[in-house]
Amino acid sequence: MRDFARLYNELDATTATLGKLEALKRYFSHVEPANAAWAVYFLAGGKPRQTISTKFLRQFSTEMSGIPEWLFDECYQAVGDLAETIAHILPPPSHETSIPLANWMEERIIPLRNETPEKTREALFSYWNELETQQRFVLIKLISGAFRVGVSKLLVVRALSELAGLDAKIIAQRMMGWTDSALQPSAERYSLLIAAQSEFEHRNKDGHPYPFFLAHPLQISPQADPQVLGDIRQWQIEWKYDGIRAQLVQRNGQSWLWSRGEDLITDRFPEISGISLPDGTVIDGEIVIWKNGSPAPFADLQKRIGRKSLSSRILNEFPAAFIAFDLLEHRGQDIRHIIQSERRSRLKDVVCSIDVPGLILSPLVDAPDWHRLGIMRNTSRSRAVEGMMLKSVSAQYGIGRTKERGIWWKWKIDPYTVDAVLVYAQRGHGRRASLYTDYTFAVWDSGGSGDSDPPGERKLVPFAKAYSGLTDREIARVDAVIRRTTIEKFGPVRSVRPTMVFEIGFEGIAPSPRHKAGVAVRFPRMLRIRDDKKVDEADTLDMLKAMLPNPYRKAALTSSVGSPP
Amino acid sequence: MAGPRRTWGVYMADLVVARKEGLFCEPGQFYIDPWQPVDRAIITHAHADHARPGHTHYLAALPGADILKSRLGDIQLETLAYGEHVIHNGVTVSFHPAGHVLGSAQVRLEYRGETWVVSGDYKLEPDGTCDSFETVPCDTFITESTFGLPIYRWQAASDIFKDINVWWRSNAEKGRASVLFCYAFGKAQRILNGIDNSIGPIICHGAAETLNRIYRNAGISLPDTLTVSDASSKAGFREALVIAPPSSAGSPWLRRFGDYSDAFASGWMLLRGARRRRAVDRGFVLSDHADWPGLMRAITATGAQRVIVTHGHVDVMVRWLRENSLDASAFETEYGTNEEDNAAENESVAFKESHA
Repeated sequence: MRDFARLYNELDATTATLGKLEALKRYFSHVEPANAAWAVYFLAGGKPRQTISTKFLRQFSTEMSGIPEWLFDECYQAVGDLAETIAHILPPPSHETSIPLANWMEERIIPLRNETPEKTREALFSYWNELETQQRFVLIKLISGAFRVGVSKLLVVRALSELAGLDAKIIAQRMMGWTDSALQPSAERYSLLIAAQSEFEHRNKDGHPYPFFLAHPLQISPQADPQVLGDIRQWQIEWKYDGIRAQLVQRNGQSWLWSRGEDLITDRFPEISGISLPDGTVIDGEIVIWKNGSPAPFADLQKRIGRKSLSSRILNEFPAAFIAFDLLEHRGQDIRHIIQSERRSRLKDVVCSIDVPGLILSPLVDAPDWHRLGIMRNTSRSRAVEGMMLKSVSAQYGIGRTKERGIWWKWKIDPYTVDAVLVYAQRGHGRRASLYTDYTFAVWDSGGSGDSDPPGERKLVPFAKAYSGLTDREIARVDAVIRRTTIEKFGPVRSVRPTMVFEIGFEGIAPSPRHKAGVAVRFPRMLRIRDDKKVDEADTLDMLKAMLPNPYRKAALTSSVGSPP
Repeated sequence: MAGPRRTWGVYMADLVVARKEGLFCEPGQFYIDPWQPVDRAIITHAHADHARPGHTHYLAALPGADILKSRLGDIQLETLAYGEHVIHNGVTVSFHPAGHVLGSAQVRLEYRGETWVVSGDYKLEPDGTCDSFETVPCDTFITESTFGLPIYRWQAASDIFKDINVWWRSNAEKGRASVLFCYAFGKAQRILNGIDNSIGPIICHGAAETLNRIYRNAGISLPDTLTVSDASSKAGFREALVIAPPSSAGSPWLRRFGDYSDAFASGWMLLRGARRRRAVDRGFVLSDHADWPGLMRAITATGAQRVIVTHGHVDVMVRWLRENSLDASAFETEYGTNEEDNAAENESVAFKESHA
């Protein structure tokens, strides 16, 4: 645990990629394979089920440190992280042990899942008593299932490939499914991960997907500057669907559906995993809800994601489809090195040979020049898509955000925007702990909404929370205003006198009976502080509702009539 | 010298009260660390939030005299050695070491058999740059609470100096300067006094060097330090430890050190959030204030039945002390607005931006 805690510390302390890479290599070059296996699991984003509930962690740590609950809460407010708070309030350890990570996990942490609270309490007291603050912090993160550190999976891959002297692509492929909770990390699995390349590499894939190739956001519009991307004929252009990125894998008579987060979602979308592809086929695409020949808003897909069991009513009401846009494995061969245009033509053959409604070939967008393509892009919203994907016709299928062997650009439409008023603030977490960084925004509601209603007094209705988009300097400024204009404190939340207007951007909007404003927005974030606008000049709820997609608009506008004030 | 003749009983209730100008001793007719200009001010130490300009008469502990004069200019200053006393309007006043910075003092006030102590800022762990904190028994103790939460528990400073040495040595071996941000008065000298000066040259920013001179004159042992103009070539910077005030971050003064590693030394560095906000390579947890166990030990040791809490986590401390059977209350003060306090911490959040 000491080595792993030190590694965590080093990764956490530096923002430099090279510094992180060095720290990873130092760690993996000297730890035992069993410990390395667990380290890979956690660094690659593996999340074991929470071993001990937050409630017990709080209770046991206050008991051990002899402080009352209110004082724990004060500490938590100042620290902004549960594990860190606990690590600091516990009394100093009486002795220190050096038990390796794998033993901690397999012999000490995982067995606690089936223990009684009394036994758990006893075990925790003794564990806490043998670790210094930094190790305690990491231990609690592992126990609570909240371990997270600023390294990308790709960087772990790179460190291992440099240590093992193997191509990063091979390590990345072998690491697919590594964090699957069904498989416990082990020395043996780690040894296979870094073993010399074998000719049977391909057979070891089981049902695993390939590492996803990710697109880069396009910063300069080719419509404004046609030179940016050169000849439009060198680009394969598709719509960018707003769904779940996934790979459909068919091998050995079985199929698997994997999300981009490498979660196995085969059972969630039976109409997609049930498509019978030829053996040895892997298709990359986007899962969407498909109605009347076009994609439904993301809100509909959300109704499917959260469900454990799928009733036939849900399946009928929200039918899913897989929009296929790339072919990664064909007739049992990895074809990711073949150029985009060729993969596309083989994909077309595969999709056309299977005629099922749940499998749709992603249509190509055809335009003679960038200007006319830009005009088509402006129709994105009415097509329920997020914009366009531009793929170099000669691109190989890369790993993650690589650019070396061809590139994918995402050319998204501009977000919806609204000018809203800051009404509540809450302190942030992590590096923003003790600063007010999480804000609730409101727009003006004119009160009575029907003709027969007398117009009531205008009031601010909260509609979104946002915490990203400001620089540290701006946060410091807003934090100071919040402290100065606080009206009331409710626990960690402060209500403030409305004085600041922000431009809020968001990706989508849908009616929502659960929100006071009657609408819910997707990915809200702050675009800028509108110092030039007075609170009175902020936008209204009616303006927000006018942004609802057509099928919703009428319903939302009528349902607000007669709703309680 | 005779004070106003009024009913003594009124004064017996509270020897020190909070007024808009600052903490006021009514029978003595003087203020302690006032934040608005007054006639008579007793100063606990020379940090800017406690020692402000504009008072007519100043009284302070002798070891802090030169620092006060260098910061406040030509003031009318009387001094007392630690433990020496003076009677002012019937109130016996003496200074006792607070262990915070050179010349820092607790102020003991005795009047008609009752004793009050105003702590100023204090730290219990001894350090080589000032007299160690002395427990002064009293009836009422007015304490600071900058780090008044149980999460704050310091490691021994000697361990922190070791960590700084290791960091500096490893940078020096790679030919990178080590820029250590810390407050110029107190923290800088404590670090200079505690580190291993054989690792490489030490370069001090002018703000710290001014204080170094006063510390050296007071007989405090500090290693030789250079200013940037003393260093003959840029090559000399590469193995150097650079002591720099936080305000110098992102300044042209720092750019000359090229690709340096940076660190920040402060009690606030205990928390990951604060470390990440600073966005420096290392955070060294080194404070000139008492940690939570220190505050509790100091309060208990005075034997005071009544405790009044000033700047810091005031509400928390008051509630905790009350739950532990002490008569605790709070004074609103304007301390902690300058050096190591939260507000300053928040306002300096942006500091790395200009520094990137």
